[in-house]
Amino acid sequence: MATDSTAVGAIRNRGPLEGVRPAFDLIARQRVLFTILFLVVLPWLAPYKALAVNILIFGLFAMGFNLVYGYAGMLSFGHAALFGLGAYGCGVPIAKFGFPWYVALPLGVLIATTAGVVIGWFATRSRGIYFAMVTLALSQVVYYVVYQSIWLTGGEDGLRGVSVPSISLFGIAEFNLLDPTTKYYLILIIIILALWIFSRILASPFGAILEGLRENEKRAAACGYDVNRTRWFAFVLSSVFSGLAGALYAIHLSVVPIETLHYFTSAVVLMMTLLGGMGTFFGPFVGALVYLLLQDVVSVITVHWQLVVGCLFVLLILFFPRGIWGSLMHWLRI
Amino acid sequence: MTLDLFLLQLFTGLALGSIYVLVALGLSLIFGLLTIVNFAHGQFFMLGAYVGAFTLGFTGNFWLSLIVVPIVVGGIGMLCERFLVRPLYGRGIDYPLLLTYGLGLILLELVRIIAGTQGVPFNTPRLLAGAVDLHFFFFPKYRLFLIFATAVILLALWILLEKTSYGLIIRAGARDQEIVQVLGVDIGRVWLIVFGIGVAIAGIAGVLAAPIRGVFPEMGVPVLVEAFVVTVVGGMGSLLGAVIAGLLVGVTFSFTSFFYPEMATLSMFVLMALVLVFRPRGLFGRAGVLG
Amino acid sequence: MAVKLSRRKLLATAGAAAAMSSFKINVARSQETPIKIGFPVPISGPYGTEANDQVRCAQLAIDWFNQESPRKAELVVRDDKLDPGEAATRTLELIESDKVDFICGSLSASVQLSVNQVASKRGVIYNSISQSDSINEASDFTKYTFHEALNPHMTAGAVARYVFGQAKGKKVAYLIADYAYGHEMQRGFRRVASEMGMEEVAEVRHPLGTTDYSAFFPRIQAARPDILLVVNFGRDQLNTLKQATDFGLKEQMQIVYPVLLDTQRIAGGFDPFEGVIGGANYYWTLEDEFESAKRLNDAYRAKYPDQGVPSAYGALGYAGVYGILKGVKEAGSIKTDEVIAAMESMKYDAYKGEQYFRKCDHQAVQSVLIIKAKPESEMRNQWDIFEILDTQPADEKFLRTCEELGHKA
Repeated sequence: MATDSTAVGAIRNRGPLEGVRPAFDLIARQRVLFTILFLVVLPWLAPYKALAVNILIFGLFAMGFNLVYGYAGMLSFGHAALFGLGAYGCGVPIAKFGFPWYVALPLGVLIATTAGVVIGWFATRSRGIYFAMVTLALSQVVYYVVYQSIWLTGGEDGLRGVSVPSISLFGIAEFNLLDPTTKYYLILIIIILALWIFSRILASPFGAILEGLRENEKRAAACGYDVNRTRWFAFVLSSVFSGLAGALYAIHLSVVPIETLHYFTSAVVLMMTLLGGMGTFFGPFVGALVYLLLQDVVSVITVHWQLVVGCLFVLLILFFPRGIWGSLMHWLRI
Repeated sequence: MTLDLFLLQLFTGLALGSIYVLVALGLSLIFGLLTIVNFAHGQFFMLGAYVGAFTLGFTGNFWLSLIVVPIVVGGIGMLCERFLVRPLYGRGIDYPLLLTYGLGLILLELVRIIAGTQGVPFNTPRLLAGAVDLHFFFFPKYRLFLIFATAVILLALWILLEKTSYGLIIRAGARDQEIVQVLGVDIGRVWLIVFGIGVAIAGIAGVLAAPIRGVFPEMGVPVLVEAFVVTVVGGMGSLLGAVIAGLLVGVTFSFTSFFYPEMATLSMFVLMALVLVFRPRGLFGRAGVLG
Repeated sequence: MAVKLSRRKLLATAGAAAAMSSFKINVARSQETPIKIGFPVPISGPYGTEANDQVRCAQLAIDWFNQESPRKAELVVRDDKLDPGEAATRTLELIESDKVDFICGSLSASVQLSVNQVASKRGVIYNSISQSDSINEASDFTKYTFHEALNPHMTAGAVARYVFGQAKGKKVAYLIADYAYGHEMQRGFRRVASEMGMEEVAEVRHPLGTTDYSAFFPRIQAARPDILLVVNFGRDQLNTLKQATDFGLKEQMQIVYPVLLDTQRIAGGFDPFEGVIGGANYYWTLEDEFESAKRLNDAYRAKYPDQGVPSAYGALGYAGVYGILKGVKEAGSIKTDEVIAAMESMKYDAYKGEQYFRKCDHQAVQSVLIIKAKPESEMRNQWDIFEILDTQPADEKFLRTCEELGHKA
């Protein structure tokens, strides 16, 4: 970046860590690359590999959620339905019908997306808190329907038998999914693809419209954009990512607990997004990382980890509404 | 279904609905004036039950706890409003919602730490124990008391809102905050008291429900969702809506439990979804109130 | 020559000595790595009290083993937060990161099934201490799966046989929580009911976590049963009993539960439970009858003087870990297949007499206690909350047959 001799430039260059600024600018431009680099080393940083996989999965889930909340400005309480249907949609074919993973995974995404189309259509007709209520009500309906379909889903006992012990690619290479490291890197590949697609979406005109909608809805409408349809589309896209995350979760744990559909899961992904910073690219991943690590570490120290999480949450809302990553970015920009 | 069975289910539904009404009332009150969705509302319900249990344990007097509970719980609520919620004014509807969610987590865990995870006993007071012969059927005395107590509280609230000047300020503030401020009223003080009242009502609901549901830390969790269903059906911000919808949901639950019990909880959500799709503002809500 | 020989001899001796000492070092080191038993239980959340008692009692089993063994055992406790997803993650951690040799634990049915799935796929023995019928079934069973706890079928059967035998009339009503545990218990009850010629007059299924049961009572009362079989758990159990007492149900019918929770009775006050009959895996007064119960109780009292006596759930924690360690003792090694073989063939007495694991589904064949809640006036001290009415002996005939569960003979 060329040095700026105007007043604005003077203000901008007066921030802390000036020497590091070029580095952060680089990161911002190559955000996908740096995310990937970080994630590659994550298994060696995290306490254990299974947790690292959870971070990947929930990071993706939170990213999908962020599309709706951070970028489109709609607070959803129903994303558990999308995540859970992705999980069941992938798990049931494997466990009950013996489908191979490369059929079940897209199937899970498809089922979640279909749900996103339906729920999104109903929800985007409302605004604000009503949007949230519709998503909550509809996701609870999904929960109960799945819960009662015991013959298919295992109901309250959860779905067991989602067993993918190994993956062979075109008969050439055989990967053992029971080995935690292999499992992590295989899932990472899928996540990287998803991240890349997400980045492309945000950089596209659609991404710009979405942000415009969030900033000033009336103006966007005045410019001729169909607000409802855009929101609906954002919701559907979000369900693709959330569903993919769910499908991966099923393969990772080899079970699908009914709790994935419960509204508490919706609350958790919201917390992660907020922790990290909504409306930023990295934010949800950072949020998922911090939340899961915190939960893990705090659980060892005290039984009352929920108190710590609650306090953290309150402090964030009061003092760091941009979330950890968002605040960091904001602070560094100034 | 015979007449006496019908009446029994109806009365049961009314008793059940009474708790819904009280909780939804508080939620709606807070929303109507402060435009805040109080996600900690269920935990204040739980607090009310605990405060009541402790008062009962100390004094042995149930009636005393009915007086102590709203004061204590309302007080805690006011502290929360003043120091946690107030700073978020103007930041949009999400922030207070999320803050109260975190607050709810904190309250729940604090109670677990202070009072243990098992819960504390709360027996039906002697005077109200047993059943009364209502000619058609036997009905527990305590539930009749519950319906009666709810009616009394509703009456008191109505008098406060309609017949006192303070109530006038509250109603005006819900209608248009800026004008009220221009007229010289300290709106902050009004918010404080309304939040306190809303939360206090939830607390009373908790102590009233305690002999029926027991007292344990998680008791407030389902209550919040139930309250949402009721306020959505009745209309967010409408007190009459909270009352009618509360009783409606209670009676619906009661009759669904009779004919098709597995679907009883689901029926609440289906009702909520239907209302949201076909009449988003609820039965009595004002159009365009939210978002 | 003499010099060479002596040097060679010296070297040989030195070499032999070195080899011996390194052998000793190796042996000593392998003696030092403790045998690790992973123990995921819901420490945080509503069943924290039960889970903590399970941990306490499990530790007693470890102590018992360590007293007599040169190689020590160690409990690795994790909080599964009563969530199957969390439990699966924790199990992965225990196996991959902590490298545990065995796993025991869980309180809820869905959690144990989740742990079982993860553990068995990785070849780790899992001894479940959570009640469930599903874990016996062929679809969830693997050779690594063991089930120490009672299953609903056994418990419901035992209670039903006693209660129906004593009942004044033949009419039975059911109030069932609508989830797996409820259905499994109901199935167990129904089988005995049809064997003994009882008449089912009402069946009500309520959603899990219902707080207000008043909506369900009128239908039950209208059917005029002699016995009301209620199947729900924890808080739900307490709330149902409170409200049933309020509605006067106890005067009209005998209320029966398949499993009565001692912890709930203590927490919820004594009135609601009074007069209710139910089943249990353990009650501390068994020490009058069984040496092993006395051993457990004494160890508990010695190590945890403020806690009173082991609860039924705690005893399960003890028995689960005891079963694994007894297998290790019998096998003389920790190699999985050898321990499995030992556990399949051994007879063991954990706390209430002889038990063994049935071969086809590794279900612990054990006795079931029938207990009744004492009125407060008859309690001699704060722990004297139940009286044991009867015991159904340990016998395979009270379980579902292997064929029925889908196991090939």
